Amino acid sequence: MITFMNNSDSEEEPCNERTSLMSAESPPVPSYQDGLQASEAGEAQAHRKRRAGSSRGPNNIAGGEMSGSSVPVREGALENEEEELTLKYGAKHVIMLFVPVTLCMIVVVATIKSVRFYTEKNGQLIYTPFSEDTPSVGQRLLNSVLNTIIMISVIIVMTVFLVLLYKYRCYKFIHGWLILSSLMLLFLFTYIYLGEVLKTYNVAMDYPTLFIVIWNFGAVGMICIHWKGPLQLQQAYLIMISALMALVFIKYLPEWSAWVILGAISIYDLMAVLCPKGPLRMLVETAQERNEPIFPALIYSSAMMWTVGMAKPDTAARGSSQQTWDAAEDGREHLRSPSHAESQMSEARRSPVPTRPITALEELEEEERGVKLGLGDFIFYSVLVGKAAATASGDWNTTLACFVAILIGLCLTLLLLAVFKKALPALPISITFGLIFYFSTDNLVRPFMDTLASHQLYI
Amino acid sequence: MGAAVCLGCAAIALGPAAALLLLTVAAEPLLLIVLVAGAFFWLLSLLAASLLWSVSVALGGWEDAALLPLGAAAAVLLQELCRFACFKLLKKADEGLAMLSEDGRSPISLRRMAYVSGLSIGIISGLFSIANVLADSAGPGTVGIHGDSPYYFITSAFLTMALVLLHTFWGVIFFDACERRRAGGLGLVVGGHLLASGLTFLNPRYEASLGPIFILTLCTGLWAFGTAGGSFRSVLKCLSCK
Repeated sequence: MITFMNNSDSEEEPCNERTSLMSAESPPVPSYQDGLQASEAGEAQAHRKRRAGSSRGPNNIAGGEMSGSSVPVREGALENEEEELTLKYGAKHVIMLFVPVTLCMIVVVATIKSVRFYTEKNGQLIYTPFSEDTPSVGQRLLNSVLNTIIMISVIIVMTVFLVLLYKYRCYKFIHGWLILSSLMLLFLFTYIYLGEVLKTYNVAMDYPTLFIVIWNFGAVGMICIHWKGPLQLQQAYLIMISALMALVFIKYLPEWSAWVILGAISIYDLMAVLCPKGPLRMLVETAQERNEPIFPALIYSSAMMWTVGMAKPDTAARGSSQQTWDAAEDGREHLRSPSHAESQMSEARRSPVPTRPITALEELEEEERGVKLGLGDFIFYSVLVGKAAATASGDWNTTLACFVAILIGLCLTLLLLAVFKKALPALPISITFGLIFYFSTDNLVRPFMDTLASHQLYI
Repeated sequence: MGAAVCLGCAAIALGPAAALLLLTVAAEPLLLIVLVAGAFFWLLSLLAASLLWSVSVALGGWEDAALLPLGAAAAVLLQELCRFACFKLLKKADEGLAMLSEDGRSPISLRRMAYVSGLSIGIISGLFSIANVLADSAGPGTVGIHGDSPYYFITSAFLTMALVLLHTFWGVIFFDACERRRAGGLGLVVGGHLLASGLTFLNPRYEASLGPIFILTLCTGLWAFGTAGGSFRSVLKCLSCK
């Protein structure tokens, strides 16, 4: 799970992972059988999604290539403006990620609190074979640790497999894998979800209506995610599939295993993204070398577009804003960090800029800036909050505390992203805060608040 | 009981806060971040207070209820400490923003951040007070079947609303007092908070607790209005839409 800001290159640049889509990998999707194998595919999908998030750092290299010939006199003027823009839009980036993460968590918590299905125990994933129904605490702990080891090993194996596939250019395989798993999520899991929601509210629906609804939902989803579509619809679909995936995990992971897995996966994320030999980092670097985009279909992109009005064509500082950006090439926006956008664009566009007629300025000229977050991050954030909602003895305070903790972790991660300007794992800080707040709120704060509430005391 | 009570009490308790949020904070990303940061600090202070409470209950061996006044007082003091921590952080952020901006002034004034941090502490404390109560009110049950007051939900909602507003006002006053280094203001905020919390100990004698708390809210509101630079004249100007 990675969060990163994209640098955009100009359109003349060869395709790189920041500027165009690349077929993303997806795990093979088995047929659904009572959710057990669905979870397997979901698990593999979670891999994909996690890996999907992991691109970043290309702007370092691209920046290096570009800024080689940059005009020195511009740098000074650009620096200040870059910093201010980074700051000004930094907060906007944070909010652009807060909103979808919050929406995903709201969907998951609302479902957990209302639909009984997702809190019932109906078996476990094959990745967590050890049951937690043992009487002794030590045995239970041991089982959950073993489950975690198995799960993380599966994840590592899948990640390495994916990196190998990518390295040896098996793009068709990856593409097919990805399409199959989105198919499963968009059709099968949605069907189950809809069925359970209808059961909960005792609403009758006939099969033809159901077929039409699911077909439309799934077909539009496939098109939006894998091809072109309005940005917000695409974002909505990504949020929905993350929520569905998180619900599957919440249902099929036993309690203690879920917490240990959450902890282990944030450590894995940290290592996979930051260590030089980490699979996710190797993936990013390979994509950079080939100038290809990384798995855009599995990354939530929060491109923000605004119009730059009457920009002067000849001032250096404003030169970059002259670009008319052909936005949704493939339904994906390109995200650029402001600092590199300026230098790169002024580089590449220096020649067209002076010849641009004044009337062109009145056209809608848009720039996009934003930040991307891997879908795996969405999924695991929602798993944490959903598990808190499901298992914290009906307490809403725990859910609220975990929610705030995750948002603060995300904020800090984005702050670090703005400082370091390279791909960063988005899980560790948020999940650490979330786990700390879950256990402390559930065990310490809850009795205190309950005692206060029973006497109607306020602090 | 049921959805009507739940929604009604939710609207009473969190309506003003939601309105303030939507009208003043939702459009500004920086303020939203300040909001979440304020909530985070409050949670830390609550954690510390609960830890203190659990330890004292485990060690003291007294009845839970006997330790409550002390626990509540400790929680109040820790919350004010958290407010001070928010002040320090926002002051630094303000200076940082001012340094980075073009004209040497930060885009958001410290006063606005004071208001938002007060609002955030109010919202999170209100949510923590009322979320479980609302969840219970949506389900079946009879209020006060064991002899407690049947007005539990509605009074809880009003108390929560008062607390939310009080926290907002205290935020403004506190930051202003810290800026100008006036211990009087600080003392009055802490004293007011202790008073408000202490008054809730008089529940279920609601005339003794709700009434004074609302009077306190009104007075604190007027004081915060004055601190923020408002005056009777500015109210008139606003009303006449000039």
